[in-house]
Parts: sequence; C-alpha cells; structure tokens
Amino acid sequence: MMAIAGNTAIAIKGGRLMDHAAGIDELKDILLKDGRVAEIAAPGKLKDAAGAETLNAKGLIVAPGLIDIHVHLREPGQTHKETIATGTAAAAAGGFTAVAAMPNTIPVNDTAEITRWMQAPERGASARVFPIGAATRGSKGETINDYAALKSAGAVAVTDDGHPILKDGIMREVLAAAARQGLTVIQHAEDTRMTQGCSMNLGPASFRLGLRGMSNESESSLVERDIRLVSELKDTHAHLHVAHTSTAAALAAVRQARRSGLRVTCEVAPHHFLLTDEHVGVYNTHAKMNPPLRSAADRDAMIQGILDGVVDAIATDHAPHAQHEKEVEFEFAPNGITGLETALGLSLRWLHKQWKMPLGRVLSLLSAQPAALLGFKGRGTLTAGSFADVVIFDPKAEWTYRATESKSRAKNTPFDGWEMLGKVRWTISEGRIAYSSLP
Amino acid sequence: MLSVMDLSVEVVSHLLKRATELEKQNPLERDRILSKRRIALLFYESSTRTRTSFELAAKALGVDTTLVSSLSSSIEKGESLKDTGLTLRALGAEAIILRHPSSGSAWLLEESTRLPVINAGDGMHEHPTQALLDLRTLLKHLRPQKSGLTAGVKADTLAGVTVTIAGDILHSRVARSNMLLLPRLGARVLLCGPKQLLPEMAAQSGPGIEIERDFEAAMQQSQAIMMLRIQAERLAGLQIDLEEYMAAYQLTGQRLAALAPTALVMHPGPIIRGMEITAGVADGPQSAILEQVTHGLAIRMAVMERALTAKGGRA
Repeated sequence: MMAIAGNTAIAIKGGRLMDHAAGIDELKDILLKDGRVAEIAAPGKLKDAAGAETLNAKGLIVAPGLIDIHVHLREPGQTHKETIATGTAAAAAGGFTAVAAMPNTIPVNDTAEITRWMQAPERGASARVFPIGAATRGSKGETINDYAALKSAGAVAVTDDGHPILKDGIMREVLAAAARQGLTVIQHAEDTRMTQGCSMNLGPASFRLGLRGMSNESESSLVERDIRLVSELKDTHAHLHVAHTSTAAALAAVRQARRSGLRVTCEVAPHHFLLTDEHVGVYNTHAKMNPPLRSAADRDAMIQGILDGVVDAIATDHAPHAQHEKEVEFEFAPNGITGLETALGLSLRWLHKQWKMPLGRVLSLLSAQPAALLGFKGRGTLTAGSFADVVIFDPKAEWTYRATESKSRAKNTPFDGWEMLGKVRWTISEGRIAYSSLP
Repeated sequence: MLSVMDLSVEVVSHLLKRATELEKQNPLERDRILSKRRIALLFYESSTRTRTSFELAAKALGVDTTLVSSLSSSIEKGESLKDTGLTLRALGAEAIILRHPSSGSAWLLEESTRLPVINAGDGMHEHPTQALLDLRTLLKHLRPQKSGLTAGVKADTLAGVTVTIAGDILHSRVARSNMLLLPRLGARVLLCGPKQLLPEMAAQSGPGIEIERDFEAAMQQSQAIMMLRIQAERLAGLQIDLEEYMAAYQLTGQRLAALAPTALVMHPGPIIRGMEITAGVADGPQSAILEQVTHGLAIRMAVMERALTAKGGRA
C-alpha cells in the first residue's frame, strides 16, 4: 500500500511477462524508471538496474496494468459513497492502473473545470483517472457541451450515462460533434420511456417477485437507433461505444454494425457474464443494477460474445453506494454494485479457467483493448517507453473475496464470499507502487 | 410469514386446525393466550378488511396492538422502513404486521428488525394470509366431509379441484399467493385475463399453474372462481379498454348460470360492482365473498399465535 516516490527505479525480476498487444509471453525482467518502462531484458540481463528496488516476481505474471473504462468515483458531490482516493485505491487493489470516470457526479462533469479538478494531484488518486465528460449540459439531453474544451482538459469520451440520449436529433449532433474532436460517444442504452418504474429484468423472476421488469427491447432498440445514426454519419468516423451490454439482441446489433464497417464498440461487465435475474433472489439489492441482470440466455450470449471477440472490453461499471442507501425497499434502492476488486479474479476464474479463454486474451480485454478503444497512448502494453503501469499477480492463487476488506468506501457487491482466481501482488501505476499484498 | 412458500403443508395444516380451534374457543379463555403481548400494525397503504381483521384477531387473543399508518407518523417526514421498524421494536413490539406498496418490503423489515413480520400485502408480490383464508373458504365448501377445517390438509386434499383466478393477475399479490399455495394441496389453478394483465410467464411461477385466456372455457372447468379487480393504482400508464374487458371477463349471472352453476364465487375485495363482477353475482347464492372476510379473522388468530410462539421467532 505504501506509495513510493515516482522517480525511484523498480526492477521486476523473474516474472512471466504477458503483453498480448506486443505478442510477448515469456520470462523477462523489466526496469521501470521515471514513470516509464526503461528496459526489458531476458532474466538476469537488465543492464541498468543498479540501485533499483527489486520486486521478486518468480512464479508470477507481469502484465500491463488493467484499465477500466467504466467507473463511478462519486467525486465531486457524493463522497459518502466513494472518493477519487478510495475508488482508485480499490482500483489498485484490483490490479487497475487507469480508470475512466463517468460524469454523473454532483455537479455533473460537463465543464473543463470539473474535468481538470478530478485529475488534480490533491485528489490523492492511486491510479490514473481519465474523466469522461457529459455529452449534454447537466446530462439533460438538450444542449451539447463544449467538446473541444472538455477534450483539452483531459476528457477521453462523452456520455450522459444514466440519462440516455433519447432524442434522435440530439444524439446525431452529439455523435457528429464528438467525431469532430476525435472523441468517443458512450451510450447507456436504455429507452427510459419503456422502463418507467422498473427495477429488474422482465421475466419469470420479476413476475414472481411482483417487480416491474425492463424488456430486452428497451436496450436493443436504442442500440439499433444509435447504430442507424452512426451509419448515417459514416463519413465523419463517429465512434459509438455501447456501455455495459446486457442483452443478446444488443450484442447482435453491435456484431452486425461491425460487419458493416461501422465504428461501434461495446463492453460487458462481469456481473452480466456471470449472473442472471435469478440472483435477485429475495430482493437482494446487491443484485440491483442498470442494466439489470438478465436471463440465462442473455448471460450466455455475453460469454459467447467475449469468447468470439465481438466484445471489445470488460468494464466493471463500479458503482459504489452507502450501506443505508441499499437497505431499502428493492424498487427504491439505487442501481449499481462495486466491481474494481473482483473483475480480475472473476475473469480468470470463469473466462480463463471455466471457459478456457487464453490468459493473454482475458488480460487484453482488461487492458490493451480498452486502452485502444479510448485511445490511451502508451498504456495496455509494456514496451520500452510505455507508461510504467504494471500488474503483477499470482495466476494460481485461489482466494475468497470479502467485501468487508474492500478498499472502496462501499461494500455493495453480489460477489462477497465468491471464489476468485489470481491474486494481485503488486500494482504499479506510472512507476509508483499503488498496491501490494504479501502472499 | 413473508410468503406462502415459507409455509410447509404441515404448517398450513396446523394453521387451519388452530384457526378452527381458536374460533370455537370461549372468548374469555382465548383472551389469555397472548395476553399483554405486543404487536404493531404498520400500514403504508389503505385497508379496510385486512387491517380490521388483524386488529380484531389480535385483540381476541389478548394482544396489545398499536397502529402506525404512513399518513400520521414520522414516515411522512422521511423515516425509512428500517428505522421505523427498529423504533417499533424499541417500543416493545414483538411482531410487526406490515402492509406496504413495495414488493419485498416485508422481507426487508424482517431482515432489519429480526422480529417476526407478518406480510399483510407487499406491493404486487404476496398476501399470504389472504391465500390461507381463501383456502379455508374453499375447504369449507369443496371438502365439507373430511373437512380441512378440523382435520388439516395434505398434498392431495384438493386433488381434482380446478380454481380459476380471473382478472388483473399481473398486479395482484392475492393471485400470486393463491397460485403458489393451492397447487401444493393438489389443486389446479387456471389463470385468466388479457395479455396486458396476465403475461405468459405467469405460468412459469410454479407447478399446477396454467393459462386459459377464454374466461368461459375456464369457468366451465372450475369448481371455484376467484375474481380480481383491476388495480387502477398500479396500472402505471397501461391503457385498458374497459368495455372490451367487461365483455370478455365480467362475471355475470348469465355466465354463471350457464357455465358454472355450482361453482363457488370468491373475491378478495374490494369489489367494484358492475366491473369485474355484477352486483347480482356478488350478492347471489354462489358468492362466498363475505364468508371469506369472516374466515380471515380465524386464520389471522392462528397466524399471530404462531408468530409469537413459534421456535426461532420467525412468523
């Protein structure tokens, strides 16, 4: 946990370097210096490691730091749920070295000023924070923000996240304006006209529990609408990214769009490839999120999409809430669960061990691909000159996640007590040890 | 007691027997069974039948009751359900009877307070004591010989009986509790209503549940017909053509005479005369509507007795 000065050199020795983007999977020693990767060499062959702090990575995997392009850090405005410091501490504990923060803060991040404030050193972040700007003023879906200003302040994409842009004309303008600045538009695809009063997925479980359910069409119809708009704007190279895809129909629409050569990408959250609406159980508010847990058929479609490559990234939609906020009637409970500390352990346990996805590809979905998706230069790979963002983990360690031990201010997770595979030993963010745990 | 699924057939049988014993008992003796014990009635929704029935049943056992309703309490000031429950517990409540517009609220209250909670209707989810009193009504008429009222019930007590539940199934907690309880005693449940008020997935709620959209076909097969009102307060923008609805699903004297001349007519109330049921049928000789209300008293005595005396405290 102890952060050390950024200009201290760190030599990682004896580990197996897995850098899917660079096509490397072999034993290598790595020297980090001044926040960058200085040297990569065969074991014992680093030339410039004198005086560097040595990390013994024998038996461990050394990989590019994980990147989560969908988190809610709640600051400014809701620091009782989470702060940038606590959220990124959880990120580091989960192996993440960079996160993209959603703009549904209070106030909404729709200005360069807030975007800069979130990245200021005073926030005490343990991982790089990339703000995502609001697409429209106050995320009200009416007036487009100043994307040039947001971008120059460091925003990496625009979205109205929990307030999907329903008006065709506004969404078209947003896509076109973002394309002019080379920014991605992220859409939380939910036609909210179809989901009034709904608190879970529409299906036998919602009927049994007497809860109003969201149909699959409420997601897929908006994805289809957005894809149509992107195709109309094809010449502008507009980039649509579908957040937390949860239905087979939405994934099919993305697949079709990609075949047509459109810049449409998507992410899937671990809870959507692991859980179904049956996990709501007896009104468990830790199984309430938006989009909701879907049917087994949709869950299986998410796994299939990850395995066959149509899914571009695993993103957690880390959404911390205070305990008392979740201890209410199911329909009144806020949406969302934490996810930063469980993403790697669940992905390795299920995608790699259970579904036999090669380790390198799993890691790529958690680093190289999301980095490429939002254009994070020098991240998601570990070659000389790239950022010294590294996760070092024991791929064989099986352990049990305990929410009470979370670094996040919040404990709202359905994965409390779940078996994880792969334990993070060190997370290094731009050359600083942001997290460490002894075996 | 949060759901009928919390009750084994043995427990249902015990409750039915105790209801009958308590009903017959000398009021002056019965009054001592739970003398000076404390039960809070926590009502977030308006209610005539259920509230009065629980209150009278409690008093018949000697229980001290207090009524907290959402419109005349700190709930109006924003106090949460959990905090309200903890406050009632601190005041000495040993069990809470909850009526609430949110599905699952009874479960939340029990988790928060660790007191026995009797679900008196949670949103669109369940109303278990209503299903028990409906069962008692059915047994009285359909099994008068080896009456479950005194002998209890088994998994086949209602074998060969078909019960139609017709109307606004989607929004009905009474329908959910009945469709989950009656098949466990051998009955076949036919759900009947238009697609908007009865989604196909309702049939997947459990075994012994089927959908029959044709009301007249359902009536012809049934020994009992439970009518439900359209829950205007829960329609959430759903548009129902009432003329069309009444033409297809209203229980009229004509239909009853032609298709189910001996069937028992039931309704959990409140009834909307001239909508789902005609006044003539509601007041007619086949109607058990007011009898259902009376059975409620006996059932709720048994349920409260169990809540305050059962091992482990769970209702």
